[in-house]
Amino acid sequence: MVTISVEIQILFAALLFLIGLVGLLVRRNVIFMLMSVEIMFNAAGMVFIIAGAHWGQVDGQVMFIFILAVTATEVSVGLALILQMFHHFRTLDADELNKLKDDN
Amino acid sequence: MTIVLALIPILPLLGFLTLSLFGGRLPRKFVALIGAGSVGVSALLTLIIGVSFLLSQNSGGVIVINLWDWLNTGGLTASITFRLDALSLVFIFVITFIGFLIHVYSVEFMADDEGFSRFFAYMNLFVSSMLILVLADNLLLLYLGWEGVGLCSYLLIGFWYKEPANGYAARKAFIITRIGDTAMIIGLFLLFLNLHSLNINDLMQQASLKWEVGSSLATWAAVLLLGGALGKSAQLPLQTWLPDAMAGPSPVSALIHAATMVTAGVYLIARTHVLFSLAPAVQTAVAAIGALTLLLAGFSALTQHDLKRVLAYSTISQIGYMFLALGVGAWSAGIFHFMVHAFFKALLFLAGGAVIVALNEEHDILKMGGLRKKLPVVFWTFLIGSASLAALPLVTAGFYSKDQILWYSWSAGNGNPWLWAAGFFGAFLTSLYIFRLVFLVFFGEIKTQPTHQLGKLMKLPLIVLAAFSLVAGFIEVPNSIGSIHLFSGLINTVLPPVILAHENIPEIVLQVLASVISLIGIYLAYLFYLKKPALGASFSKSRISEFFYSGWGFDRIYDVLFVKPIVWLAEINKNDFIDRIISAIASTTIFFNRMLVITQNGKLRWYIMGFAIGIVFILSILMKI
Repeated sequence: MVTISVEIQILFAALLFLIGLVGLLVRRNVIFMLMSVEIMFNAAGMVFIIAGAHWGQVDGQVMFIFILAVTATEVSVGLALILQMFHHFRTLDADELNKLKDDN
Repeated sequence: MTIVLALIPILPLLGFLTLSLFGGRLPRKFVALIGAGSVGVSALLTLIIGVSFLLSQNSGGVIVINLWDWLNTGGLTASITFRLDALSLVFIFVITFIGFLIHVYSVEFMADDEGFSRFFAYMNLFVSSMLILVLADNLLLLYLGWEGVGLCSYLLIGFWYKEPANGYAARKAFIITRIGDTAMIIGLFLLFLNLHSLNINDLMQQASLKWEVGSSLATWAAVLLLGGALGKSAQLPLQTWLPDAMAGPSPVSALIHAATMVTAGVYLIARTHVLFSLAPAVQTAVAAIGALTLLLAGFSALTQHDLKRVLAYSTISQIGYMFLALGVGAWSAGIFHFMVHAFFKALLFLAGGAVIVALNEEHDILKMGGLRKKLPVVFWTFLIGSASLAALPLVTAGFYSKDQILWYSWSAGNGNPWLWAAGFFGAFLTSLYIFRLVFLVFFGEIKTQPTHQLGKLMKLPLIVLAAFSLVAGFIEVPNSIGSIHLFSGLINTVLPPVILAHENIPEIVLQVLASVISLIGIYLAYLFYLKKPALGASFSKSRISEFFYSGWGFDRIYDVLFVKPIVWLAEINKNDFIDRIISAIASTTIFFNRMLVITQNGKLRWYIMGFAIGIVFILSILMKI
């Protein structure tokens, strides 16, 4: 079995997180932004797994189960919000939805 | 008996409290009853305590009542203690009796005024403060009364506050007397710092023990106290407020600006006479100021054509006489003139007020005339007051008091013929200006018809005061005529008797001269203003008359010297430079706010970007550690 050094693993997780972040920043469609957030969550969960494997502890995997549960709820709430958003404004463009600011 | 003494100032204070709290809701009759009644009861108590005081003369006779300790800190103790001796007895007698008569007069005078209860509340507060002033046994309590009367004076000059000019006159009086008050409080500090007490008796004893005659500390203390006295008593150079103070109702002018408050300076000097004796230079200055003021105000009174302003200048002039007497060391003569002056000047103001009411608020004496038949009571009482002021020989009280001052201004220790000459010429001016008033107002042809008749409440005080203006003089008759010294005998238990130094001329000669000059004054007034009015008119058109009319241009000088520079400074500093610093702080904050507002653009992705940068920033700091 090929062992991959822990640095590479962490670097991979960081890359995943960065992809999520960049996606969040460049996409204007709210659904895609939500998906990018999911990617970032997974990157964070991956770090837990890596750390658990590295130290030979089960805690990391337990934590990941937690994160899965949290993301599941987050996605359901997020999707519900997106539905309402579209219902109200007839658009999913995040830059269009910029009413929350001072008028000056 | 001592508790009665405490009640004398407390009763009017209670009257003030009742009237100021509930006065608006009480019926007018009740207000009048409380207002005049509280002072009336005080007057009655004064009479009782006065009689018992005079009877117990042999056994020392000073009555002291200590109510409570007011301040007790760091060596300074000031208690609410009233002390009655012969000097304060004379003052409380004048304050409560004349005060009561003026209150009675006011009940009718102010009957139709909307501020009826406010008026009596202020008047009661005034009487109470004035009584505290003269009964105080320490200078701090005296200062409390001093400021109290100043406040009431301000409130009552500006009583008809809807007229802006009245408010202006009130502020002028307040600010100018404040200059004197400031000098006085510094004097109090000086005394306390050096003698460690404010109790008047202790102070006077300590001062005469510790300070030598003519020492600089004694001189400074006397100068500073004199400053306070000059402000309150409207003497040179702080005299300009009194003529304008006539903006108040006539009873106020009678009580505050003629009979009582303006003589507070006389009281202060008499009360602290030890200090003035220790500073002969200052005492000479007092005499000189008195002499100058009495001439200056006499000339100004001659040219005024507002009835009350004539009387105001006359008051300044008469207080000048009192200062002259104090300055030459004739203490009891000054106090005697104070008492007699209080009677006839209150009478003149009340009678003048009655004329003004009868003529429907006409103040200009050039538009009056022939009121002798129309207002007989006012005419006769006014005539008696004028005769007393003009020191008509033998029959009037004013003769005895003024004559005494003239005699001492020549013969007493500090006296000299120059001071006498000033007083002598002043006596001539006095009879000239007051009989000018009498002839213009009551003789000649009727120019304005009286529209209002006077009731009993206004006539009665006039008659009582007129009686006193005639007979009050008989308690002190000079040696050359009858030698009665009841008054000076009483006062000399407190103040040192006068020391005669220059008896190089017989008293009777000066008396005859003074009598003649007063009669000449009356005759000239008759000639100028009744027989040949053209003469009087030609004088009033001259430029010197204009100059006198403006009060010797003092207002203009003060305006140029003090008011203009301050207004100029204020004008430059309109945008207050300290304000600039503070507004700079504000505008910087607003600037940063504007900058930060730009970042709040409502775009979600910008915010995420902000998060990301922030996290990178924080992480890089944490990593470094």
